[in-house]
Amino acid sequence: MHKIILAVRYFLKRRITHFAVLAVALCVFIVVVVMTVMTGLVSDFKQNNHNFVGDCVVGTESLVGFAYYEDFVNILEEQKDFIEAVSPVIKSYALVNVINTENNTGTGLEILGIDPVKHSRVTSFANTIHYHKGDVSKTFVPSYDPNLVGCVLGIERAFERDLNGNYFYHFTAPRTGYSISCFPLTARGALSQAGTGLVRTKTFYFSDTSHSGLARVDFSLVYLPFEQTQQLCGMDGPTKRVSAIHIKFKPNIKLQTGCEKVAVLWQKFKQEKADEKQAYLLDTVTVQSWKNYRRASIAPMENEQTELIVMFAFVGITNVFIVLVVFYMIISHKSKDIGILKSIGVSNADIMVLFSGFAFLIGLLGSGIGLFAGRLFLMKINRIEDWLFERFNWQLYDRTIYTIGDIPNRVEFKVLAIIAISAIVACLAGALVPSWQAARQKPLNTLQVNQL
Amino acid sequence: MISDYMSKDDFILKAEGLYKSYRMGAAEVRVLKGVDLAVKKGEFVAIVGASGSGKSTLLHILGALDKPDKGAVKFESRDLSRHSGSELNRFRNKMVGFVFQFYHLLDELSVLENVFLPVMAGKSVVGWFACRRWAKRRARDLLEQLGLSERTKHKPYQLSGGERQRVAIGRALMNEPRLLLADEPTGNLDSATGNGILDVLEKLNRTGQTIVMVTHDERIAQRAERIVTLVDGKIED
Repeated sequence: MHKIILAVRYFLKRRITHFAVLAVALCVFIVVVVMTVMTGLVSDFKQNNHNFVGDCVVGTESLVGFAYYEDFVNILEEQKDFIEAVSPVIKSYALVNVINTENNTGTGLEILGIDPVKHSRVTSFANTIHYHKGDVSKTFVPSYDPNLVGCVLGIERAFERDLNGNYFYHFTAPRTGYSISCFPLTARGALSQAGTGLVRTKTFYFSDTSHSGLARVDFSLVYLPFEQTQQLCGMDGPTKRVSAIHIKFKPNIKLQTGCEKVAVLWQKFKQEKADEKQAYLLDTVTVQSWKNYRRASIAPMENEQTELIVMFAFVGITNVFIVLVVFYMIISHKSKDIGILKSIGVSNADIMVLFSGFAFLIGLLGSGIGLFAGRLFLMKINRIEDWLFERFNWQLYDRTIYTIGDIPNRVEFKVLAIIAISAIVACLAGALVPSWQAARQKPLNTLQVNQL
Repeated sequence: MISDYMSKDDFILKAEGLYKSYRMGAAEVRVLKGVDLAVKKGEFVAIVGASGSGKSTLLHILGALDKPDKGAVKFESRDLSRHSGSELNRFRNKMVGFVFQFYHLLDELSVLENVFLPVMAGKSVVGWFACRRWAKRRARDLLEQLGLSERTKHKPYQLSGGERQRVAIGRALMNEPRLLLADEPTGNLDSATGNGILDVLEKLNRTGQTIVMVTHDERIAQRAERIVTLVDGKIED
């Protein structure tokens, strides 16, 4: 009992402990705020990638694509126990020119040929469009002329943003024509047309815009109707080809399990088609989860997060040193008390427990204050940023550059618990050596007159 | 455990051939050079000697705060050197009470808490809750006997030197120890206050308390029942 009472009294009476608490609170506050924002950004980014791709992709990076996809789509659609929906897509690159515009130099963009209904069952495409939200089947039907063939432009390509990051949507879709040119390829990868007809060009009209929340996608992707894209890319021959099949699993299916099942189906399918004329195209096809498929985009962000965690580990080590120094100072002032306690029979272990309890209190209160302040700050972070922008024209993220709406401030209680426990452990670690030295002190040395 | 310490003869404490030396830089200072001392139950013994004669060292060894290089200390016929660390802690908690020249009270605790601290230190949390009422009552009784009943809630730094030393005596007596060891208990007090402390010790001795007191002052030593002089690390006959 004396350990608890003395730990609490030391904690309340020694002013230097207030500095230790403040140091711990500050460290916890910084870690909570930065980790929440960073974790939020990474988590949003991953979610947006998942929304964009679906759960699993059977596809190739080759611009030629792969054949016999319809057969495999049929096989997949029969797997009603674990597959919810599938969407074949054509992915390629094209030269895009705005029609009837002066100074038109053409822009190289990525094109994605989709069936909007099928693709919306697999991905969140329907939620990303603006003008056809209610009826995704008419995505490629321009509202101003239903007889024209429409295209969906990435939001960054279609509209501009204000400084707050809000897009200037037109009330109705503007009538803009785009001339889109592709190099159609044969199944062997050669240009399918020769001479002046080397390039295949089609005209599409702006029908909608897609806001995926992924900067690269929103800036450089144009969605086109599936069949037209197939023609543009030369994949519409007697044996039709696609670039990929996007798959969505049933809600209760684990990602890895679903992907493994699809991979087994694909291997079987590949063997069955081994004797077909364009079977060689199947060799470049891989079955990947959305995480692997978007690895090139996600990995740098995850690396940043890891680097941040490492940096905060250093903050934690600094915390340990602060507590260590504070405890050395406290214990050097309390050596007489240690001698007194030992003279009345208090054991070395009890002395250690006493000072560890003291450290625990510092960690507990420091992390409590840090968590509370961090939570409060995060709740108001967007309002604070708005105020700073209105007052000083300053933003944490330039909304004209980053596709971020609000700063992520969703607090994960698991993360908070980890931070609080780490702070307490850091305090205990910092107090360990001084406590151990205190416990080892000989009472005689501390109670001598010349020690006073 | 207290029964383990039951006496087999009249001597509560026996020191036999105690040697102790300290290292001061390269030199070795031999403080005790074969001290023999026996203290009977209920005795009030004063150990006198010049500064540096080894009085305090001897007292600390008798109270198991230090260990001799050679020789043995027997408390109620049991050799302290054979005690384990936890047994020595229990010995210091239950069997002896220390009174130091500089009082050595804990500033963070009130007078009452300082007095009942040894009981608290000797018990687990559950054990303390079981006996806390008794402990607080005994601490109040002791403080009343020592004339400090009005000072129970004060902090040590709010008391005079004499009052602090009386609190220290109260703390030393809290667990009803068989032996009270006092190291220059009046050394930091004026003579009137010092006499007051000696009156308290005499009174305790009259109730049967065994006391060993260290002092450099012959006049103070006269208040004890028996005086032992330490000269050059040995007891002078």
